[in-house]
Amino acid sequence: MSKAGHLAVSRFGMGPGPGEVAAAARDPRGWALAQLDARPATSRRFDDLPTGKVAARSFTRFVRGARGDADARLPESARSLYMREAVARIAVQVEGAAPFVERLVAFWSNHFTVSIQRAIVLPLAGAFEREAIRPHVLGRFGDMLLAVARHPAMLLYLDQAQSAGPESMAARRRGRGINENLAREILELHTLGVEGGYAQDDVAAFARILTGWSIAREDEFDPGSFLFRARAHEPGEKVLLGRRFAEAGEDEAIAALGMLARHPSTARNVATRLARHFVADDPPPALVGALSRSFLESDGDLAALAATLLRHDASWSAPVTKLKTPNEFVVSALRAADIVPEDQRIVGALRILGQMPFAAPSPAGWPDRAEHWIGPEAIMRRATWAMALGARIAEGQRPEAFLARALGDGASQATRLWMPRAASASDAIALVLASPEFQRR
Amino acid sequence: MALTRRAALALAAAQAATPFAARVALASAPTRNRLVLVVLRGALDGLAAVPPLFEPGLGALRPGLGPVATDGEDGALLLDRGFGLHPSLSALHAMYRAGEASFVHAIATPYRDRSHFDAQDILENGATRARAATDGWLNRAIGLMPRQGGRLGIAAGTSVPLVLRGAVPVGSWAPQTMPDLGPDFLALLDQVYRGDAPLAAALAEGRRIHETTGSVLGDDARMAPGTRPGPALRAMASGVARLLAEEGGPRIASFDLAGWDTHAAQAQRLRQLLKGLDEVLEALRDGLGAEWRRSVVVVATEFGRTVRRNGTGGTDHGTGSVAMLAGGAVAGGRVLGDWPGLAPEQLFQGRDLAPATDMRALFKGVLAAHLGIARAGLDRTVFPGSEEIRPLDGLLRA
Repeated sequence: MSKAGHLAVSRFGMGPGPGEVAAAARDPRGWALAQLDARPATSRRFDDLPTGKVAARSFTRFVRGARGDADARLPESARSLYMREAVARIAVQVEGAAPFVERLVAFWSNHFTVSIQRAIVLPLAGAFEREAIRPHVLGRFGDMLLAVARHPAMLLYLDQAQSAGPESMAARRRGRGINENLAREILELHTLGVEGGYAQDDVAAFARILTGWSIAREDEFDPGSFLFRARAHEPGEKVLLGRRFAEAGEDEAIAALGMLARHPSTARNVATRLARHFVADDPPPALVGALSRSFLESDGDLAALAATLLRHDASWSAPVTKLKTPNEFVVSALRAADIVPEDQRIVGALRILGQMPFAAPSPAGWPDRAEHWIGPEAIMRRATWAMALGARIAEGQRPEAFLARALGDGASQATRLWMPRAASASDAIALVLASPEFQRR
Repeated sequence: MALTRRAALALAAAQAATPFAARVALASAPTRNRLVLVVLRGALDGLAAVPPLFEPGLGALRPGLGPVATDGEDGALLLDRGFGLHPSLSALHAMYRAGEASFVHAIATPYRDRSHFDAQDILENGATRARAATDGWLNRAIGLMPRQGGRLGIAAGTSVPLVLRGAVPVGSWAPQTMPDLGPDFLALLDQVYRGDAPLAAALAEGRRIHETTGSVLGDDARMAPGTRPGPALRAMASGVARLLAEEGGPRIASFDLAGWDTHAAQAQRLRQLLKGLDEVLEALRDGLGAEWRRSVVVVATEFGRTVRRNGTGGTDHGTGSVAMLAGGAVAGGRVLGDWPGLAPEQLFQGRDLAPATDMRALFKGVLAAHLGIARAGLDRTVFPGSEEIRPLDGLLRA
């Protein structure tokens, strides 16, 4: 048996679930590919959580007010809803039967980041991932992009909900105006990429195209849902990337997003980010090229894109240089320990390790390069957390058995050599979890 | 020859006052000066933080974004040359009045587009293009300083930001909420990490810092789990400052503050954000204690924001912003930099505060005067290809 099972569950999975390393070792590629036939990932753990519309309805009144910002005034219930969402998300990552698909959910969720750094996102972030990301991870990029851009979490996070065209009725009557935040980040981060060939004029044009995309308030029909505000829409023709968009109200942005979703720069940007996430910080150009072609030829079919990733030899042959993110590290350790977290202490642990759920530092999402996660204090904290987990599960545990389950044949000589010298079973388990081969992927 | 004599004098002074471990470290420290770089991520609105109150159009251009006069809501504190200071920065204003803080306005990196992420990359990599270097200018600067084993650089936080990453090993630290790792376990980890150089280096640096923090900060190195973000930042600033103040401690720190991207509801968000910055500066000053007189804190951001208010009570991505200097070594009490003006024809691309001072001139001025880094190194190594950017003179006390 090679190290292929360990590589598969680390690079393309969520870490070693029970029996998983051995199962993946028999046919690593097939193990991952088979997961693409699964139904779009969902879980009973999500059943009791409110939809984005309901959450937005509960909290939109905190969005209103003179300056339109809720950040200082959200009630405690918003935070407790966030906690329930965050715990459910981690639990689903730990117990998910299709860990590769869970990794895709996490990747796309990070690609289309909404972050609780803006407090109004607190009650909406979980719903955003469940509604705008999960249903589309094996669907079409264009559908995901549209769902993202119309979701209340994104409309609020990037300030789109209040944007009004300078010549719109809303601007002329009530002194409101344009906000280019969402338009810029869709171009720069979600679609074309920063070198994707757009200019400030395109940002401004796209911002005008998007005007009117908003959320229904409490006193309007179906509060919390997407609402196109014709009175806030900038009238007239706009030119984006050289293409003319005739006045078409809400449909203008749908057409523009459709164009962006099919753009070669988008294919390149998505391909690079996907390969960087799964394979290497500086991914093999051949892999990026193959992914980019797959994206264009399949019209953004994300299952086909994922299959291209899995089928490419470079995806498996690239040296193991990525470091698991704190979230991936914690989830894989819990899978190895066969523990499903049930309360918010796990959220606190992720905060301490530097990756609180849904709390990316900026719209660009969490950094996806090893050098960001390998800070001295960060590595100390991972080891400390591994100690705590080791202490929790050590009773009745044979370290050798734990090593076999967690690393399989991926265990290094050094880990095999030094683990028996640990002072206790607890320390031995912690050493396995803190080992380079468990932390890298 | 001079260096040797200075080291000998320093050693003699240290022997009188400090225990053995710190004495050894002191003998290797190339400078007694301290430098902290605070990076405001998300782009600070310099016109709200340091408003040009003399500009006749200010109130009309920027209603409800921040101070535009010394009276009314958000009434500004007064600075030199008719500039004001946001009232949330009251501790910084006190430093300014004590001659320990100054400002450089209309400042920008060489970057002229409007991506946060490329702009931060350039602010930190010291080049003129994003992704042109994988190490940071502050790390390269440390590399030009004489060293004999000590660690000069430390990042506040768990990760090391790009500006401090590079060939020279640096530490990182944040207040602890978990128990310490025992020495036996650390010794095992050392063995297991031998085959993985980056992990081994990170572990070694982490251990080194923890040993220092244990002896320097004692129980203050710890923080209750679940401490709210404001107090947690203050605790981090205080702890890092005390490490810097230690004879054998690091000399140069980076400190990140996020959340400055105020596209909406700017006035109320800036009140909180600037208050947080003010508290961090205060905690740095207090933590540095007697070493504050040898300290410089530089506060910089990736770019400025639009001069005009956008449609949602905020500002969009711009160009020129403001940088701040605080510390006992600062020749303070001044607002520096040419002022480009806010008339429509004076704006960059008709929308932004025009850049009048290159950020690298500020950084070079501080590195030259405070850390003694020679011009050739600044021009070629720290900020490659920046020969034409003259270091700002006179930023610090002679």
